[in-house]
Amino acid sequence: MPEMKEKYVQLDEVIAKHKGTPGALMPVLQEAQNIFGYVPMDVQQIIADGLGTTLSEVYGVATFYAQFSLEPKGEYVVGVCLGTACYVKGSQKVLDKLSEVLDVPVGKTTADGKFTLNATRCLGACGLAPVMMINDEVYGRLVPEDIPGIVEKYRA
Amino acid sequence: MNLYRAHVLVCGGTGCSSSGSAQLIERFEQQLKEKGLEKEVQVVRTGCFGLCEAGPVVIVYPEGTFYSRVKVEDVDEIVSEHLLKGRKVQHLVYVDHATKESTIQKSLDEVGFYKQQERLALRNCGVIDPENIDEYIAFDGYKALGKVLTEMTPEEVIKVVLDSGLRGRGGAGFPTGKKWQFAAASKADQKYIICNADEGDPGAFMDRSILEGDPHSVIEAMAIGGYAIGATEGYVYVRAEYPIAVGRLQTAIDQAREYGLLGKNIFGSGFDFDMHIRLGAGAFVCGEETALMHSIEGMRGEPTPKPPFPAVRGLFDKPSNINNVETYANIPLIINKGADWFKSIGTPGNSGTKVFALGGKINNTGLVEIPMGTTLRTVIYDIGGGIPNGKKFKAVQTGGPSGGCIPAEHLDIAIDYDSLTSIGSMMGSGGMIVMDEDNCMVDIARFFLDFTVDESCGKCTPCRVGTRRMLEILERITEGKGEEGDIEKLEALAENIKATALCGLGQTAPNPVLSTLKYFREEYEAHIKEKRCPAHHCQKLLNYVITDKCRGCTLCSKVCPAGAISGTVREQHVIDTTKCLKCGACIEKCRFGAIIKN
Repeated sequence: MPEMKEKYVQLDEVIAKHKGTPGALMPVLQEAQNIFGYVPMDVQQIIADGLGTTLSEVYGVATFYAQFSLEPKGEYVVGVCLGTACYVKGSQKVLDKLSEVLDVPVGKTTADGKFTLNATRCLGACGLAPVMMINDEVYGRLVPEDIPGIVEKYRA
Repeated sequence: MNLYRAHVLVCGGTGCSSSGSAQLIERFEQQLKEKGLEKEVQVVRTGCFGLCEAGPVVIVYPEGTFYSRVKVEDVDEIVSEHLLKGRKVQHLVYVDHATKESTIQKSLDEVGFYKQQERLALRNCGVIDPENIDEYIAFDGYKALGKVLTEMTPEEVIKVVLDSGLRGRGGAGFPTGKKWQFAAASKADQKYIICNADEGDPGAFMDRSILEGDPHSVIEAMAIGGYAIGATEGYVYVRAEYPIAVGRLQTAIDQAREYGLLGKNIFGSGFDFDMHIRLGAGAFVCGEETALMHSIEGMRGEPTPKPPFPAVRGLFDKPSNINNVETYANIPLIINKGADWFKSIGTPGNSGTKVFALGGKINNTGLVEIPMGTTLRTVIYDIGGGIPNGKKFKAVQTGGPSGGCIPAEHLDIAIDYDSLTSIGSMMGSGGMIVMDEDNCMVDIARFFLDFTVDESCGKCTPCRVGTRRMLEILERITEGKGEEGDIEKLEALAENIKATALCGLGQTAPNPVLSTLKYFREEYEAHIKEKRCPAHHCQKLLNYVITDKCRGCTLCSKVCPAGAISGTVREQHVIDTTKCLKCGACIEKCRFGAIIKN
């Protein structure tokens, strides 16, 4: 796969760019995740070798932070805000409804690889509570009844 | 430079961007061009106006007309009526929640939401274009840095900050001047100044709004702090979840470099200072200063015991000073206007203002900045416009997962660091979530513990294991499996964790439980002893009942997945509570409002 090859070339460039700067591991992991969509073990190994550290060190950091994913994500990442303002306005019910409509537990990806359902930390759009994001699109002032219609748009 | 007769300010904060303000700007520019007004009217994308509830927000100056919830299709009308003919568009003007009056005759600062606010840290948010350094400079920007570098010694700078009484706006309220003094006293070849923009408290977004609306104020303050403590390099550690803030901060840093306000020999003073952005990766514990520094170093964001304090051994083992965004945003003002001026605002020992993110069950959701000493009642009822849908106020939660729930009896308390701590909550970074009678306080405690368990870094046992045990007990209680003695177990665990956890996260994690136990103990007891949730919130403790409003249409018995509803046509149906799953499908279907939860 030529595209895949290109991604590894990009990864090498990222490593070369950051190598030597103090605290390079986090920015490298972040850019690697942007390239691949997640940070699989072989990518972590390349980063460890490239930055002159160990796989265990890289794995330790990658698993510490919620942002890094070791598994591929769905085409659409659905994040329901479970910040306090959204929670007191019923975002748990929105999340439950999504889990039911998408038929997937929270934190997992649908069998067809289309949707990943996440409960997220405060998105800071408390004025629109309860809020969810599907990729970069924000949906606010939700009630559970809105969910089937919104999901349908992405299924098409 | 063009002179404009009118300005259209469109909020470009995260809240308003989420509800489509970027499309509004596009439409305004296109419409103004079509009408030949593009040389007379300027469209400006500003930072957050604060009143997110009314978003997307558009303000038209010179009148200061406040348009709320503007849609793309409304833009044409504002352009052709207001900007072309000078007639305000009545039906789009913001209506004050508290008074139910249109604000058409008022300018922005006369609106109820803004009247009692004093915007210091937010002074430029919603006023200037955050991506234009010239606008910041026009509002006295970088004047304080110039003054500091050309007229003051580092000791004098620290003295002003110390005398102002400014305390850290990120949580515990440690005097900023003292922190600077400690860092300045450490001798080293390299020191660092750090900005904590890892705003993790759910429901708090003031730091993001400052970075989005006025990024230069933070850059200027960090350079001032750098000069004061002897640091030539700064880091801003900001949440990756804040893309707009990160983008604007980077733009601002680039512009400041271009103007020579960052870099070598600033203002010809011989002082060098530059800064970098580091992105967080979704770990709440990184708001703790030692954890944050480890994260910048590229390691797991685990805290380390203090001492050594960062001022002695911090980032890359060098003396470092770390303050949060809102704290920095106050610094240029203090330098320009003096310590006495700052001290004249607020209360003794609690100078200045505090920004709160007002959210939850409140009419005016948004950012408010008030002088210290303002009462909770003023914030919730006068500024916040009270509780929606005629519901009763139950509690206000401050301080996020480290804070507590404050009941109605304390609404008249004057807000400051010390008063909030004395009633079992804390200032924290400034989240203020209002709850009404429908919110169950046991469930809220469970919600926060769930958060802490998830975010505990796992390094120390009290936090890793202790908070999990507390969560398990709370889960049992909300599921109707609470036992006698659970409350005492919670209290004992809480005291242990507070006394023994390694960092602030663990030490404050029991606060939401302790404060709800203190003020809402009877709710815990109702859950445990009577298996009843007084707020009718906890699903497993609810019983669904069909009242005599039932017409016997049989719809409910058809949708019930458990076959728990029985009855004959045209007669009142009955729910078998032993079979009922409490899924709520029947309530959704009932057209007569005959099914209730109790």
